[in-house]
Amino acid sequence: IFEYNGSAIVAMVGKNCFAIASDRRLGVQLQTIATDFQRIYKIHDKLFIGLAGLATDAQTLYQKLVFRHKLYQLREERDMKPQTFASLVSALLYEKRFGPFFCQPVIAGLGDEDKPFICTMDSIGAKELAKDFVVAGTASESLYGACEAMFKPDMEAEELFETISQALLSSVDRDCLSGWGGHVYVVTATEVTERILKGRMD
Amino acid sequence: MSKAAVDVPMKGGFSFDLCRRNEMLSKKGVQPPSFLKTGTTIVGLIFQDGVILGADTRATEGPIVADKNCEKIHYMAPNIYCCGAGTAADTEAVTDMVSSQLQLHRYHTGRESRVVTALTLLKSHLFSYQGYVQAALVLGGVDVTGPHLHTIYPHGSTDTLPFATMGSGSLAAMAVFESKYHEGLTRDGGVRLVTEAICSGIFNDLGSGSNVDVCVITKGQTEYLRNHQLPNPRTYINEKGYAFSKKTEVLLTKITPLKEMVEVIEGDAMEE
Repeated sequence: IFEYNGSAIVAMVGKNCFAIASDRRLGVQLQTIATDFQRIYKIHDKLFIGLAGLATDAQTLYQKLVFRHKLYQLREERDMKPQTFASLVSALLYEKRFGPFFCQPVIAGLGDEDKPFICTMDSIGAKELAKDFVVAGTASESLYGACEAMFKPDMEAEELFETISQALLSSVDRDCLSGWGGHVYVVTATEVTERILKGRMD
Repeated sequence: MSKAAVDVPMKGGFSFDLCRRNEMLSKKGVQPPSFLKTGTTIVGLIFQDGVILGADTRATEGPIVADKNCEKIHYMAPNIYCCGAGTAADTEAVTDMVSSQLQLHRYHTGRESRVVTALTLLKSHLFSYQGYVQAALVLGGVDVTGPHLHTIYPHGSTDTLPFATMGSGSLAAMAVFESKYHEGLTRDGGVRLVTEAICSGIFNDLGSGSNVDVCVITKGQTEYLRNHQLPNPRTYINEKGYAFSKKTEVLLTKITPLKEMVEVIEGDAMEE
């Protein structure tokens, strides 16, 4: 069921910044029906979540999360920390343990003192924190390989953008179900840079 | 639906509302998603002053290693730790839940938690889900009655043992324990034996790998030795790294400067 729509999401940590990238294809098995599908959503200025897997579950889950986050903002009068948000997503997914959402989230954010935080989960909420990179989606196996080779610790924003884009584009080229360009967000303490990449249109 | 506003589930527990849809999807031939498993080697043993727990650090998703350095020794109470094998989400959720129940119990009674309390809470939860919550646990701790070590199986049965292993690498680790365990081990001897058992699981079992985590629990003191041994360092690191001569083609760039958060210091507090 993860291979119904196709997706590829990767997040990487740099020096006081992080980058999260996804492909842009939406398909129904082998037929492409959209080439500008958004998989990465903004929760607040310094917290992004990318949702891989079944597109309908991704959108529903995103709406539930935005709802919970807005309630949190009203009660606490501040934004959620990424670690707290990850626990929230994990709890929401585990609640549906025996009838899960077919969705794999990738969470990336800047925590206290702008320390980057990334994590991914499987479809029932098993958190997997990493210090370097996390991947999700149909292209995840190629992404693991590409990121493992191309990643260096403590990269600056420009170099991080270049690395994550190259890793994403080379991995989706090896996967039929994802591709048609890329969508990259690079977040530092002072700005959010959103870029759309040109890739192979097949 | 008029109930839509009350979507926030305060009651806790599992919600089954997507089950019918998922069953319909699987009848149409769509496979359910695979979960993150911790095909694992986890061990525990009792030595003269307390309990030592050990675990490897690999988390697998099918044949792929999803996490090379995950934590499998979970905190339950200051004097009780629990290693988990099976489905990663289940072990994490079940140990977190029982850990908070133990904390509440500590506040209620004002006493240090006992290992049998954690044991009963875990086994009754697992039994009530008849093995569907796939968590196989090694629970160890030191309380007023002394050191205890228990294993808990996914269906809810438990064993109380002087040394125990669980997970896919349990046979490899048990072989080491059966040949070298004896009563009255010292702390260093115990840590060495546990490390040897985990290493035998790491090298001989495909579902276990990466590093060794050890946790030593004695009366009044707990030491969590995260990544106690790293027998698999990364070889063949390319010093230069990758230099991308051909830059990626960017179609569109949008830069949003982040505004400074405005701190509201003055003002009335909200009335509850």
